[in-house]
Amino acid sequence: MADQNSDALSAGLVGRQLIEPGDFSVAELESIFELADQIIADPKTAGDWAKGRLMASLFYEPSTRTRFSFESAMMRLGGRVFGFDDPKTSSVSKGETLMDTAKIISCYADIAVIRHPKEGTAKLFAQSVPGMPVINAGDGGHEHPTQTLTDLLTIRHLLGSCDGHTIGLCGDLLFGRTIHSLVKTLNRWKGNRFIFISPKELRMPEYFLSMLPEGSYIETDSLDDVIGDLDILYMSRVQRERFVNEEEYIRLKDVYILDKKKMKKARQDMIVMHPLPRVNEIATEVDADPRAVYFKQAKFGMYVRMALISKLLGVGR
Amino acid sequence: MINVSQIKKGIVIDHIEAGHGIHIFKELHLDELTDPVVLLTNIPSNKSGTKDMIKIETDFKLDMNVLGLIDPNVTINFVQQGKVTSKLKLTLPREVVGILKCKNPRCITNQENVPDVHFYLVDEAKKIYRCEYCDAYTTFKPQN
Repeated sequence: MADQNSDALSAGLVGRQLIEPGDFSVAELESIFELADQIIADPKTAGDWAKGRLMASLFYEPSTRTRFSFESAMMRLGGRVFGFDDPKTSSVSKGETLMDTAKIISCYADIAVIRHPKEGTAKLFAQSVPGMPVINAGDGGHEHPTQTLTDLLTIRHLLGSCDGHTIGLCGDLLFGRTIHSLVKTLNRWKGNRFIFISPKELRMPEYFLSMLPEGSYIETDSLDDVIGDLDILYMSRVQRERFVNEEEYIRLKDVYILDKKKMKKARQDMIVMHPLPRVNEIATEVDADPRAVYFKQAKFGMYVRMALISKLLGVGR
Repeated sequence: MINVSQIKKGIVIDHIEAGHGIHIFKELHLDELTDPVVLLTNIPSNKSGTKDMIKIETDFKLDMNVLGLIDPNVTINFVQQGKVTSKLKLTLPREVVGILKCKNPRCITNQENVPDVHFYLVDEAKKIYRCEYCDAYTTFKPQN
Protein backbone atom coordinates (compact mmCIF):
# COMPACT_ATOMS: atom_id res chain seq x y z
CA MET A 1 0.00 0.00 0.00
CA ALA A 2 2.81 2.35 0.92
CA ASP A 3 4.43 1.64 -2.44
CA GLN A 4 1.16 2.36 -4.24
CA ASN A 5 0.88 5.69 -2.43
CA SER A 6 4.47 6.49 -3.27
CA ASP A 7 3.88 5.63 -6.95
CA ALA A 8 0.78 7.83 -7.02
CA LEU A 9 2.72 10.73 -5.51
CA SER A 10 5.51 10.29 -8.02
CA ALA A 11 3.04 10.23 -10.90
CA GLY A 12 1.44 13.40 -9.52
CA LEU A 13 4.72 15.28 -9.66
CA VAL A 14 5.45 14.60 -13.34
CA GLY A 15 5.28 17.81 -15.36
CA ARG A 16 4.71 19.96 -12.27
CA GLN A 17 6.27 23.36 -11.65
CA LEU A 18 7.98 24.46 -8.42
CA ILE A 19 7.72 28.20 -7.86
CA GLU A 20 7.51 28.19 -4.06
CA PRO A 21 7.69 25.38 -1.46
CA GLY A 22 3.93 25.66 -0.84
CA ASP A 23 3.27 24.37 -4.37
CA PHE A 24 3.94 20.82 -3.16
CA SER A 25 2.19 18.98 -0.32
CA VAL A 26 4.16 17.66 2.65
CA ALA A 27 3.68 14.11 1.29
CA GLU A 28 5.05 15.20 -2.10
CA LEU A 29 8.04 16.87 -0.47
CA GLU A 30 8.67 13.74 1.62
CA SER A 31 8.59 11.62 -1.55
CA ILE A 32 11.31 13.87 -3.05
CA PHE A 33 13.41 13.50 0.13
CA GLU A 34 12.98 9.71 0.06
CA LEU A 35 14.30 9.61 -3.48
CA ALA A 36 17.16 11.93 -2.48
CA ASP A 37 18.03 9.51 0.36
CA GLN A 38 18.26 6.68 -2.17
CA ILE A 39 20.52 8.75 -4.40
CA ILE A 40 22.73 9.67 -1.43
CA ALA A 41 23.00 5.97 -0.52
CA ASP A 42 24.21 5.09 -4.02
CA PRO A 43 24.62 8.09 -6.36
CA LYS A 44 25.70 5.92 -9.30
CA THR A 45 22.28 4.24 -9.60
CA ALA A 46 20.88 7.55 -10.81
CA GLY A 47 23.60 7.96 -13.43
CA ASP A 48 21.37 7.34 -16.46
CA TRP A 49 17.93 8.31 -15.21
CA ALA A 50 17.79 11.49 -17.31
CA LYS A 51 19.72 10.11 -20.29
CA GLY A 52 18.47 11.77 -23.47
CA ARG A 53 16.79 14.60 -21.55
CA LEU A 54 17.68 18.27 -21.85
CA MET A 55 17.57 20.95 -19.18
CA ALA A 56 17.43 24.67 -20.05
CA SER A 57 19.46 26.61 -17.49
CA LEU A 58 18.29 30.22 -17.73
CA PHE A 59 20.24 32.48 -15.42
CA TYR A 60 19.31 36.14 -15.94
CA GLU A 61 21.71 37.13 -13.16
CA PRO A 62 24.97 35.62 -11.98
CA SER A 63 24.64 32.83 -9.40
CA THR A 64 27.53 30.42 -9.59
CA ARG A 65 26.52 28.33 -6.59
CA THR A 66 22.90 27.62 -7.54
CA ARG A 67 23.67 27.24 -11.26
CA PHE A 68 26.47 24.75 -10.64
CA SER A 69 24.26 22.81 -8.23
CA PHE A 70 21.44 22.46 -10.81
CA GLU A 71 23.73 21.75 -13.73
CA SER A 72 25.78 19.17 -11.84
CA ALA A 73 22.53 17.55 -10.65
CA MET A 74 21.28 17.16 -14.24
CA MET A 75 24.64 15.90 -15.48
CA ARG A 76 24.88 13.36 -12.64
CA LEU A 77 21.50 12.06 -13.80
CA GLY A 78 22.96 11.53 -17.25
CA GLY A 79 21.06 14.45 -18.78
CA ARG A 80 22.43 17.40 -20.71
CA VAL A 81 22.25 21.13 -20.14
CA PHE A 82 22.07 24.21 -22.34
CA GLY A 83 21.37 27.83 -21.47
CA PHE A 84 23.00 31.07 -20.48
CA ASP A 85 24.27 32.84 -17.41
CA ASP A 86 24.33 36.27 -18.97
CA PRO A 87 21.11 37.58 -20.56
CA LYS A 88 23.17 39.80 -22.87
CA THR A 89 23.99 36.67 -24.85
CA SER A 90 20.32 35.67 -25.27
CA SER A 91 17.42 37.06 -27.30
CA VAL A 92 16.46 39.14 -24.27
CA SER A 93 19.02 41.63 -25.51
CA LYS A 94 16.92 41.90 -28.72
CA GLY A 95 13.85 42.81 -26.68
CA GLU A 96 12.12 39.41 -26.67
CA THR A 97 9.46 39.08 -23.98
CA LEU A 98 9.87 36.52 -21.21
CA MET A 99 6.65 34.79 -22.31
CA ASP A 100 8.02 34.33 -25.85
CA THR A 101 11.38 33.09 -24.54
CA ALA A 102 9.50 30.53 -22.42
CA LYS A 103 7.50 29.23 -25.39
CA ILE A 104 10.62 28.89 -27.53
CA ILE A 105 12.56 27.12 -24.76
CA SER A 106 9.67 24.66 -24.32
CA CYS A 107 10.18 23.56 -27.96
CA TYR A 108 13.73 22.40 -27.17
CA ALA A 109 14.03 21.47 -23.48
CA ASP A 110 12.35 18.85 -21.28
CA ILE A 111 12.73 20.94 -18.13
CA ALA A 112 13.63 24.58 -17.40
CA VAL A 113 15.40 26.17 -14.45
CA ILE A 114 15.10 29.93 -14.21
CA ARG A 115 16.76 32.57 -12.04
CA HIS A 116 15.86 36.22 -12.49
CA PRO A 117 16.38 39.41 -10.46
CA LYS A 118 12.72 40.45 -10.83
CA GLU A 119 10.21 39.03 -8.35
CA GLY A 120 7.44 36.84 -9.78
CA THR A 121 9.38 35.99 -12.97
CA ALA A 122 9.41 32.22 -12.46
CA LYS A 123 5.64 32.18 -12.08
CA LEU A 124 5.15 34.24 -15.23
CA PHE A 125 7.55 31.96 -17.14
CA ALA A 126 5.81 28.82 -15.83
CA GLN A 127 2.34 30.14 -16.74
CA SER A 128 3.53 30.60 -20.32
CA VAL A 129 4.41 26.90 -20.66
CA PRO A 130 1.75 24.85 -18.84
CA GLY A 131 2.70 21.19 -18.49
CA MET A 132 6.43 21.84 -18.79
CA PRO A 133 8.45 21.23 -15.62
CA VAL A 134 9.81 24.59 -14.45
CA ILE A 135 11.89 25.19 -11.32
CA ASN A 136 12.33 28.60 -9.71
CA ALA A 137 16.03 29.00 -8.94
CA GLY A 138 15.43 32.36 -7.22
CA ASP A 139 13.36 35.38 -8.24
CA GLY A 140 14.87 38.46 -6.60
CA GLY A 141 14.09 38.70 -2.91
CA HIS A 142 10.92 36.64 -3.35
CA GLU A 143 11.32 32.83 -3.39
CA HIS A 144 14.14 30.30 -3.70
CA PRO A 145 12.35 26.98 -3.10
CA THR A 146 15.25 24.62 -3.78
CA GLN A 147 17.27 26.29 -0.99
CA THR A 148 14.39 25.39 1.34
CA LEU A 149 14.32 21.83 -0.03
CA THR A 150 18.08 21.67 0.57
CA ASP A 151 17.64 22.79 4.19
CA LEU A 152 14.82 20.31 4.80
CA LEU A 153 16.73 17.38 3.30
CA THR A 154 19.74 18.28 5.46
CA ILE A 155 17.60 18.29 8.62
CA ARG A 156 15.72 15.13 7.66
CA HIS A 157 18.83 13.23 6.65
CA LEU A 158 20.94 14.22 9.65
CA LEU A 159 18.27 14.33 12.37
CA GLY A 160 15.89 11.66 11.05
CA SER A 161 12.82 13.82 10.39
CA CYS A 162 11.55 17.38 9.98
CA ASP A 163 9.30 17.09 13.08
CA GLY A 164 9.72 18.19 16.66
CA HIS A 165 12.92 20.25 16.56
CA THR A 166 13.98 23.40 18.35
CA ILE A 167 15.49 25.60 15.68
CA GLY A 168 17.48 28.76 16.38
CA LEU A 169 17.61 31.20 13.48
CA CYS A 170 20.30 33.79 13.92
CA GLY A 171 21.34 36.99 12.16
CA ASP A 172 19.34 38.96 9.62
CA LEU A 173 15.78 37.83 10.20
CA LEU A 174 14.26 40.98 8.71
CA PHE A 175 15.40 40.56 5.11
CA GLY A 176 16.39 36.87 5.12
CA ARG A 177 14.33 35.27 2.35
CA THR A 178 15.87 31.85 3.04
CA ILE A 179 14.93 32.00 6.71
CA HIS A 180 11.34 33.13 6.09
CA SER A 181 10.81 30.32 3.60
CA LEU A 182 12.35 27.70 5.90
CA VAL A 183 10.26 28.73 8.92
CA LYS A 184 7.07 28.85 6.85
CA THR A 185 7.74 25.40 5.40
CA LEU A 186 8.91 23.75 8.66
CA ASN A 187 5.64 24.89 10.20
CA ARG A 188 3.90 22.40 7.91
CA TRP A 189 5.56 19.60 9.88
CA LYS A 190 4.63 18.87 13.49
CA GLY A 191 6.01 20.14 16.77
CA ASN A 192 8.75 22.50 15.62
CA ARG A 193 9.67 25.39 17.90
CA PHE A 194 11.61 28.44 16.75
CA ILE A 195 13.98 30.74 18.58
CA PHE A 196 14.59 33.94 16.62
CA ILE A 197 17.96 35.45 17.51
CA SER A 198 18.68 38.93 16.13
CA PRO A 199 19.43 42.53 17.08
CA LYS A 200 16.23 44.55 17.35
CA GLU A 201 16.95 46.28 14.01
CA LEU A 202 16.87 42.93 12.18
CA ARG A 203 13.93 41.25 13.93
CA MET A 204 11.45 39.05 12.08
CA PRO A 205 8.86 41.30 10.41
CA GLU A 206 5.61 41.73 12.36
CA TYR A 207 3.47 40.46 9.48
CA PHE A 208 5.52 37.26 9.41
CA LEU A 209 5.25 36.70 13.17
CA SER A 210 1.49 37.21 12.98
CA MET A 211 1.24 34.22 10.60
CA LEU A 212 2.95 31.82 13.03
CA PRO A 213 0.99 29.69 15.52
CA GLU A 214 0.86 31.19 19.00
CA GLY A 215 3.53 29.78 21.30
CA SER A 216 5.60 28.36 18.42
CA TYR A 217 8.42 30.88 18.81
CA ILE A 218 10.35 33.16 21.12
CA GLU A 219 12.59 36.13 20.28
CA THR A 220 15.92 37.04 21.85
CA ASP A 221 19.03 39.06 21.07
CA SER A 222 21.37 36.68 22.90
CA LEU A 223 22.79 33.63 21.13
CA ASP A 224 24.70 32.65 24.30
CA ASP A 225 21.50 32.40 26.33
CA VAL A 226 19.76 29.94 24.02
CA ILE A 227 22.44 27.98 22.16
CA GLY A 228 22.29 25.14 24.71
CA ASP A 229 18.58 24.54 23.94
CA LEU A 230 18.93 24.07 20.20
CA ASP A 231 18.71 21.01 17.92
CA ILE A 232 19.56 23.18 14.92
CA LEU A 233 21.36 26.52 14.72
CA TYR A 234 20.73 28.20 11.37
CA MET A 235 23.13 31.10 10.89
CA SER A 236 22.62 33.80 8.24
CA ARG A 237 24.64 36.57 6.72
CA VAL A 238 23.84 40.24 7.28
CA GLN A 239 23.55 41.45 3.69
CA ARG A 240 25.34 44.69 2.88
CA GLU A 241 23.04 45.41 -0.09
CA ARG A 242 20.00 45.67 2.22
CA PHE A 243 21.37 48.69 4.09
CA VAL A 244 21.03 52.30 3.04
CA ASN A 245 23.37 53.38 5.79
CA GLU A 246 26.89 51.85 5.63
CA GLU A 247 27.58 52.70 9.31
CA GLU A 248 24.51 50.75 10.36
CA TYR A 249 25.72 47.75 8.34
CA ILE A 250 29.17 47.89 9.92
CA ARG A 251 27.62 48.13 13.39
CA LEU A 252 25.36 45.11 12.87
CA LYS A 253 27.31 42.78 10.57
CA ASP A 254 29.44 41.16 13.28
CA VAL A 255 26.93 41.14 16.15
CA TYR A 256 26.89 37.34 16.09
CA ILE A 257 30.04 35.41 15.42
CA LEU A 258 29.81 31.71 16.07
CA ASP A 259 33.15 30.51 17.38
CA LYS A 260 34.59 27.58 19.36
CA LYS A 261 33.77 29.27 22.65
CA LYS A 262 30.07 29.52 21.82
CA MET A 263 30.04 25.97 20.40
CA LYS A 264 31.16 24.68 23.82
CA LYS A 265 27.77 25.75 25.20
CA ALA A 266 25.87 23.87 22.48
CA ARG A 267 24.68 20.29 22.71
CA GLN A 268 26.83 17.57 21.14
CA ASP A 269 24.00 16.56 18.78
CA MET A 270 23.16 20.09 17.60
CA ILE A 271 23.84 20.87 13.93
CA VAL A 272 24.98 24.24 12.52
CA MET A 273 23.54 25.18 9.14
CA HIS A 274 24.13 28.16 6.83
CA PRO A 275 22.88 28.78 3.26
CA LEU A 276 26.34 30.15 2.33
CA PRO A 277 28.17 32.25 1.36
CA ARG A 278 29.25 33.26 4.86
CA VAL A 279 31.23 36.34 5.73
CA ASN A 280 32.26 36.60 9.40
CA GLU A 281 29.27 35.09 11.15
CA ILE A 282 30.88 31.65 11.49
CA ALA A 283 34.58 31.62 12.42
CA THR A 284 36.56 29.23 10.22
CA GLU A 285 37.72 27.44 13.39
CA VAL A 286 34.17 26.01 13.64
CA ASP A 287 34.48 24.27 10.24
CA ALA A 288 36.34 21.31 11.74
CA ASP A 289 33.62 20.72 14.34
CA PRO A 290 31.52 17.68 13.26
CA ARG A 291 28.38 19.65 14.18
CA ALA A 292 29.14 22.18 11.40
CA VAL A 293 27.20 20.76 8.44
CA TYR A 294 27.03 23.74 6.08
CA PHE A 295 29.36 22.25 3.48
CA LYS A 296 27.45 18.95 3.62
CA GLN A 297 24.32 21.06 3.21
CA ALA A 298 25.62 22.33 -0.15
CA LYS A 299 26.08 18.71 -1.27
CA PHE A 300 22.58 17.82 -0.09
CA GLY A 301 21.46 20.71 -2.32
CA MET A 302 22.73 18.86 -5.36
CA TYR A 303 21.13 15.59 -4.26
CA VAL A 304 17.74 17.15 -3.60
CA ARG A 305 17.87 18.83 -7.02
CA MET A 306 18.67 15.44 -8.60
CA ALA A 307 15.62 13.97 -6.87
CA LEU A 308 13.42 16.94 -7.80
CA ILE A 309 14.44 16.88 -11.48
CA SER A 310 13.83 13.10 -11.59
CA LYS A 311 10.36 13.45 -10.08
CA LEU A 312 9.32 16.27 -12.41
CA LEU A 313 10.62 14.39 -15.46
CA GLY A 314 9.08 11.12 -14.28
CA VAL A 315 12.37 9.26 -14.52
CA GLY A 316 14.20 6.98 -12.10
CA ARG A 317 12.61 4.76 -9.52
CA MET B 1 -30.48 73.09 -4.77
CA ILE B 2 -29.88 72.07 -8.40
CA ASN B 3 -32.60 69.81 -9.71
CA VAL B 4 -31.66 66.99 -12.09
CA SER B 5 -34.56 65.15 -13.65
CA GLN B 6 -35.09 61.44 -13.05
CA ILE B 7 -33.69 59.09 -15.66
CA LYS B 8 -35.99 56.75 -17.61
CA LYS B 9 -33.63 53.85 -18.17
CA GLY B 10 -30.16 53.34 -16.78
CA ILE B 11 -28.15 53.29 -13.60
CA VAL B 12 -27.93 55.55 -10.59
CA ILE B 13 -24.87 55.16 -8.41
CA ASP B 14 -25.90 56.55 -5.06
CA HIS B 15 -24.33 57.10 -1.64
CA ILE B 16 -20.90 57.76 -3.09
CA GLU B 17 -18.63 59.27 -0.46
CA ALA B 18 -18.30 63.01 -1.17
CA GLY B 19 -15.25 63.55 -3.35
CA HIS B 20 -15.13 59.98 -4.72
CA GLY B 21 -17.61 60.65 -7.55
CA ILE B 22 -14.96 62.12 -9.83
CA HIS B 23 -12.69 59.08 -9.28
CA ILE B 24 -15.48 56.68 -10.19
CA PHE B 25 -16.30 58.85 -13.21
CA LYS B 26 -12.67 58.59 -14.37
CA GLU B 27 -12.08 54.92 -13.55
CA LEU B 28 -15.27 53.86 -15.37
CA HIS B 29 -14.25 56.10 -18.32
CA LEU B 30 -17.69 57.70 -18.29
CA ASP B 31 -16.30 60.63 -20.26
CA GLU B 32 -16.11 58.27 -23.26
CA LEU B 33 -19.86 57.59 -23.26
CA THR B 34 -22.08 59.43 -25.75
CA ASP B 35 -25.21 58.88 -23.61
CA PRO B 36 -26.24 61.40 -20.95
CA VAL B 37 -24.15 61.13 -17.76
CA VAL B 38 -24.59 63.38 -14.74
CA LEU B 39 -22.10 63.69 -11.90
CA LEU B 40 -23.47 65.37 -8.80
CA THR B 41 -21.13 66.27 -5.96
CA ASN B 42 -21.66 67.45 -2.38
CA ILE B 43 -25.39 66.69 -2.31
CA PRO B 44 -26.94 66.95 1.18
CA SER B 45 -27.35 63.49 2.73
CA ASN B 46 -29.18 62.46 5.88
CA LYS B 47 -26.71 59.64 6.51
CA SER B 48 -23.35 61.24 5.90
CA GLY B 49 -23.89 64.99 5.63
CA THR B 50 -22.89 65.14 1.96
CA LYS B 51 -22.54 62.58 -0.81
CA ASP B 52 -21.87 62.29 -4.53
CA MET B 53 -24.15 60.65 -7.11
CA ILE B 54 -23.80 59.58 -10.74
CA LYS B 55 -26.71 59.06 -13.14
CA ILE B 56 -26.09 57.22 -16.39
CA GLU B 57 -28.91 57.05 -18.96
CA THR B 58 -27.75 54.01 -20.90
CA ASP B 59 -27.43 50.21 -20.96
CA PHE B 60 -23.81 50.65 -19.88
CA LYS B 61 -22.37 47.60 -18.12
CA LEU B 62 -20.75 48.64 -14.85
CA ASP B 63 -17.43 47.26 -13.70
CA MET B 64 -18.50 46.33 -10.18
CA ASN B 65 -14.92 45.57 -9.13
CA VAL B 66 -13.80 49.13 -9.93
CA LEU B 67 -16.78 50.51 -8.06
CA GLY B 68 -16.32 48.21 -5.09
CA LEU B 69 -12.66 49.12 -4.92
CA ILE B 70 -13.15 52.90 -4.99
CA ASP B 71 -16.17 53.03 -2.72
CA PRO B 72 -17.60 49.74 -1.41
CA ASN B 73 -20.41 51.64 0.37
CA VAL B 74 -22.18 52.83 -2.77
CA THR B 75 -25.62 51.63 -3.80
CA ILE B 76 -26.39 50.81 -7.43
CA ASN B 77 -29.96 51.46 -8.56
CA PHE B 78 -31.08 49.93 -11.86
CA VAL B 79 -33.84 52.00 -13.45
CA GLN B 80 -36.44 50.88 -16.02
CA GLN B 81 -39.28 53.13 -17.25
CA GLY B 82 -38.43 55.77 -14.67
CA LYS B 83 -38.61 53.37 -11.72
CA VAL B 84 -35.94 51.64 -9.66
CA THR B 85 -36.31 47.95 -10.50
CA SER B 86 -33.42 46.61 -8.42
CA LYS B 87 -30.78 47.77 -5.96
CA LEU B 88 -27.33 46.40 -5.34
CA LYS B 89 -25.06 46.98 -2.34
CA LEU B 90 -21.38 46.60 -3.06
CA THR B 91 -18.54 45.12 -1.05
CA LEU B 92 -14.79 45.33 -1.49
CA PRO B 93 -13.87 42.70 -4.12
CA ARG B 94 -11.89 39.67 -2.85
CA GLU B 95 -10.00 39.54 -6.13
CA VAL B 96 -9.40 42.20 -8.75
CA VAL B 97 -8.00 41.75 -12.24
CA GLY B 98 -6.50 44.36 -14.50
CA ILE B 99 -7.24 47.36 -12.26
CA LEU B 100 -4.36 47.56 -9.81
CA LYS B 101 -0.70 48.05 -10.63
CA CYS B 102 1.85 46.37 -8.37
CA LYS B 103 3.66 48.93 -6.23
CA ASN B 104 6.77 46.74 -5.94
CA PRO B 105 9.36 48.18 -8.36
CA ARG B 106 11.14 44.81 -8.41
CA CYS B 107 7.99 42.97 -9.57
CA ILE B 108 8.18 41.41 -13.04
CA THR B 109 4.80 42.98 -13.91
CA ASN B 110 6.51 46.36 -13.85
CA GLN B 111 9.03 45.20 -16.44
CA GLU B 112 7.08 42.92 -18.76
CA ASN B 113 3.70 43.70 -20.23
CA VAL B 114 1.68 41.14 -18.24
CA PRO B 115 -2.03 41.05 -19.06
CA ASP B 116 -4.66 40.49 -16.35
CA VAL B 117 -2.59 40.54 -13.18
CA HIS B 118 -4.68 39.19 -10.29
CA PHE B 119 -4.62 40.83 -6.85
CA TYR B 120 -6.08 39.25 -3.72
CA LEU B 121 -7.57 41.16 -0.76
CA VAL B 122 -5.52 40.84 2.45
CA ASP B 123 -6.76 43.80 4.54
CA GLU B 124 -10.30 45.04 4.02
CA ALA B 125 -10.03 48.10 6.26
CA LYS B 126 -6.90 49.41 4.54
CA LYS B 127 -7.80 48.13 1.03
CA ILE B 128 -4.54 46.20 0.80
CA TYR B 129 -4.15 43.63 -1.98
CA ARG B 130 -1.46 40.99 -2.68
CA CYS B 131 0.10 40.67 -6.12
CA GLU B 132 -0.23 37.14 -7.57
CA TYR B 133 3.33 37.25 -8.94
CA CYS B 134 5.57 38.81 -6.29
CA ASP B 135 3.20 38.61 -3.24
CA ALA B 136 3.98 42.25 -2.39
CA TYR B 137 1.20 44.32 -0.89
CA THR B 138 -0.38 47.16 -2.81
CA THR B 139 -2.86 49.63 -1.35
CA PHE B 140 -5.53 50.88 -3.70
CA LYS B 141 -5.58 54.63 -4.16
CA PRO B 142 -7.79 56.21 -6.83
CA GLN B 143 -5.92 58.14 -9.51
CA ASN B 144 -6.28 61.90 -9.35
